[in-house]
Amino acid sequence: MISNKTNIQSYIKIENNEIVLNGTSVFKTEPTDFADFAKQAYRNFEMQYPKFFKMDALSKLAFLGSELLLSPIVSAEKENNIALVLANKSSSLDTDVKYQESISDKENYFPSPAVFVYTLPNICLGEISIRHQLKSENSFFIFDAFNGEFLSNYSNILLNTNKADLVLCGWTEFFNDNYKAFLCIISAAENENYKNENINTLYHK
Amino acid sequence: MEALKAELKNKIITTLNLEDIAVEDIADNDPLFGDGLGLDSIDALELIVILDKDYGIKLVDPKEGKSIFQSIETMAAYISANRTK
Repeated sequence: MISNKTNIQSYIKIENNEIVLNGTSVFKTEPTDFADFAKQAYRNFEMQYPKFFKMDALSKLAFLGSELLLSPIVSAEKENNIALVLANKSSSLDTDVKYQESISDKENYFPSPAVFVYTLPNICLGEISIRHQLKSENSFFIFDAFNGEFLSNYSNILLNTNKADLVLCGWTEFFNDNYKAFLCIISAAENENYKNENINTLYHK
Repeated sequence: MEALKAELKNKIITTLNLEDIAVEDIADNDPLFGDGLGLDSIDALELIVILDKDYGIKLVDPKEGKSIFQSIETMAAYISANRTK
């Protein structure tokens, strides 16, 4: 396999009630819970996608990040071969717990189908794919901690084997209202902006 | 019946997270699926849960749902005739 150089094209971080796009703060709220923060961000960027409100917190987090990175580059005219590679530590545990609570009382047993459908972490990849009509590779991994080397290597393999033209990869962690998202777009296109950076350095910046 | 219809509209907006829709936006005969409120298959399952949880109606035949969930009007009529709580 010929390994071509790949470059980070853009990145986004979402944590502590703030969204930072390519190193610039583009949205910030007063301290609030994630549900409120996510709703304010959705309104601020005029996303016009009512299904957003039906998503669980993990999907909302991944959706917000991906929306700001993908919307400027996704084409409505042609197929977009953009792979999605995300990871986190808590999987879908936040929603799993909510679902478990809804079925724990035998006398009040009303499992919610709308909650149940989000009891897998890779559902957020489906939400992003539906939004942007992507029919490309996608994978969700679980790690004890952010693993930039893995994400970088996996993305490079997808690009170097022509499985994807671009890769959206990163970390989307959510549990008990603690959250952090770091997403970036990687491709073979030249980009001098982050030539001295890698996924790890940008994540920890 | 009017109170039940208003109650259903509120329940649907809250339970199905229809953030951008107000009670006033839903007419009694608006289709709940398709071109109306645009509900999907998961929403249909949630409506079945509402019938069971709030009105004590267990839908045995899912095919019945198609006629029951046509609109707020049809839902309210079915609930009025079959509710156990």
